[in-house]
Amino acid sequence: MARAVSPQRKAAMTALAWGVALLIFFPILWMVLTSFKTEATAVAQPPQWLFFDWTVENYVTVQAQRDYFGFFLNSVIIAVGSTALGLLVAVPAAWSMAFVPGARTRDLLMWMLSTKMMPAVAVLVPIYLIFVRLGLLDTRIGLVVVLMLINLPIIVWMLYTYFREIPAEILEAARMDGATLRSEILYVLTPMAVPGIASTVLLNIILAWNEAFWTITLTTVDAAPLTKFISSFSSPQGLFYAKLSAASTMAIAPILIMGWFSQKQLVRGLTFGAVK
Amino acid sequence: MGRITLRNVTKGFGEVTVIPSLDLEIDDGEFVVFVGPSGCGKSTLLRLIAGLEDASGGQILIDGADATRVPPARRQLAMVFQSYALYPHMTVRNNIAFPLRMAGVDPATAARKVEAAARVLNLTAYLDRRPGQLSGGQRQRVAIGRAIVREPKAFLFDEPLSNLDAALRGAMRLEITELHQSLRTTMVYVTHDQVEAMTMADTIVVLNAGRIEQVGSPLDLYNRPANVFVAGFIGSPRMNLIGGADAAAMGAATIGVRPEHIDIAADGPWRGQVTVAERLGADTFLHVAVEGIGPMTVRAGGGHGATHGDTIGLTPQAGRIHRFGQDGRAL
Repeated sequence: MARAVSPQRKAAMTALAWGVALLIFFPILWMVLTSFKTEATAVAQPPQWLFFDWTVENYVTVQAQRDYFGFFLNSVIIAVGSTALGLLVAVPAAWSMAFVPGARTRDLLMWMLSTKMMPAVAVLVPIYLIFVRLGLLDTRIGLVVVLMLINLPIIVWMLYTYFREIPAEILEAARMDGATLRSEILYVLTPMAVPGIASTVLLNIILAWNEAFWTITLTTVDAAPLTKFISSFSSPQGLFYAKLSAASTMAIAPILIMGWFSQKQLVRGLTFGAVK
Repeated sequence: MGRITLRNVTKGFGEVTVIPSLDLEIDDGEFVVFVGPSGCGKSTLLRLIAGLEDASGGQILIDGADATRVPPARRQLAMVFQSYALYPHMTVRNNIAFPLRMAGVDPATAARKVEAAARVLNLTAYLDRRPGQLSGGQRQRVAIGRAIVREPKAFLFDEPLSNLDAALRGAMRLEITELHQSLRTTMVYVTHDQVEAMTMADTIVVLNAGRIEQVGSPLDLYNRPANVFVAGFIGSPRMNLIGGADAAAMGAATIGVRPEHIDIAADGPWRGQVTVAERLGADTFLHVAVEGIGPMTVRAGGGHGATHGDTIGLTPQAGRIHRFGQDGRAL
């Protein structure tokens, strides 16, 4: 129900909302602006806002020093691969938790989620050693598996929430109609859950794309994604803010564009089930 | 063929026993209605036959073969759900064709069967719509279409009409009865509406707290209720049940007289004041506070003039009085 709000109050709330939004957006804006400055203007005091000599030389230099597309390709493979593999595991898992829950299903879900509360660095040594033994260091498949495992609890939780919204009678109808478990999941459950699965996929691609701890730690050259691309500009020659900003802008651009186009789906996904 | 036999079937959920132990024989081609108050286990019983619930004990035989552990997909039964349970992402055509697709029927044959079913159910114009674009009655027909295309051994209906309005319910009741007459396939139908039970069934199974109270034809149940529960459940308005001295005088713990078997006569043995007169046109139902007995319902002709506050005399028709013993059973 709409609540009566005075115009002044409404204006103040709007201004506040814009303020908060700009505050959150500011670092990204500043990064993009910096990427078009020379190294000198980038660190100039007082900071230069819009009236400086705009240049794309940082982008040219960055691309000349490192092959952006190699990193980009790795990011795509790792993000999409880990999400696809995650779905393959999570759909049956979420199905069983949503439709054939046992006495411990809730506990299991909580436990899965609790693994997300553990600091990643706590398992760094064991995972690193496993990677060394299995020869997975700096391989795409290794990263796909690790990122899949890291995001799996979230995928399962999201799908579980969506599946719970699907009336069990429809799945029973499919069973009565002669559907095997596989057909039931493939032809009835999955198509009905498409909106939910889509937002799960989107969110996970974003999470995997932005994941920096494991991707930086477990790669050197061959499997290095864009996170590594950014970090490689941060140390060796000292800090070159303009180039670093250009690299960062290039790294986040694809995901930003994807997020922009799918924001409706994402918002719906994250709030789905919150209200009946 | 569609002969269903239940032998000592029991069902419990955890500590709670829903169906203590039950035997039932459903003949091929029979229209059987499970009726009872909510929570009596009628839907559970249907789901046990469907295979959607596992029996805790006993055996379910379909055409003589043990189906107790056979998954629902392989029992060759079709079910129509209360909520219709259509596949919202598929067109009507694909909804009806789904069981055929699952059975691996070739697309040409499937298309022919879908068209035929749609013709029978007046759905031809809607084949390319989705369930969301249909009315309640149309959705229910799609659900029935989906059930008939696969030519099952038996149809299971779980309160299929309870989401429809009264007029549509009457029409669909007729359609399902006609469908049964043309297909002659076994139908098991669950309802809490005794009008549906009386009008559609060959055989009614009255359930109460997971137990079968009586099995019989609608008129059997109406004329010869086996116990007080059936007497009170079958018939509308419900039978007047009278205890105390009037019953004792007839050698029973309880006697029952249906509202339609009481005559209004000034010199009748029972006297009372009319509290409410419900005029339905063809009939008038008089609610009477009878001295020494309590409230009673009487069916009078549509033109009967009695109104609130009138004192009238009542006489039960001879031979229409049901007598029940201490244990509730008919004497």
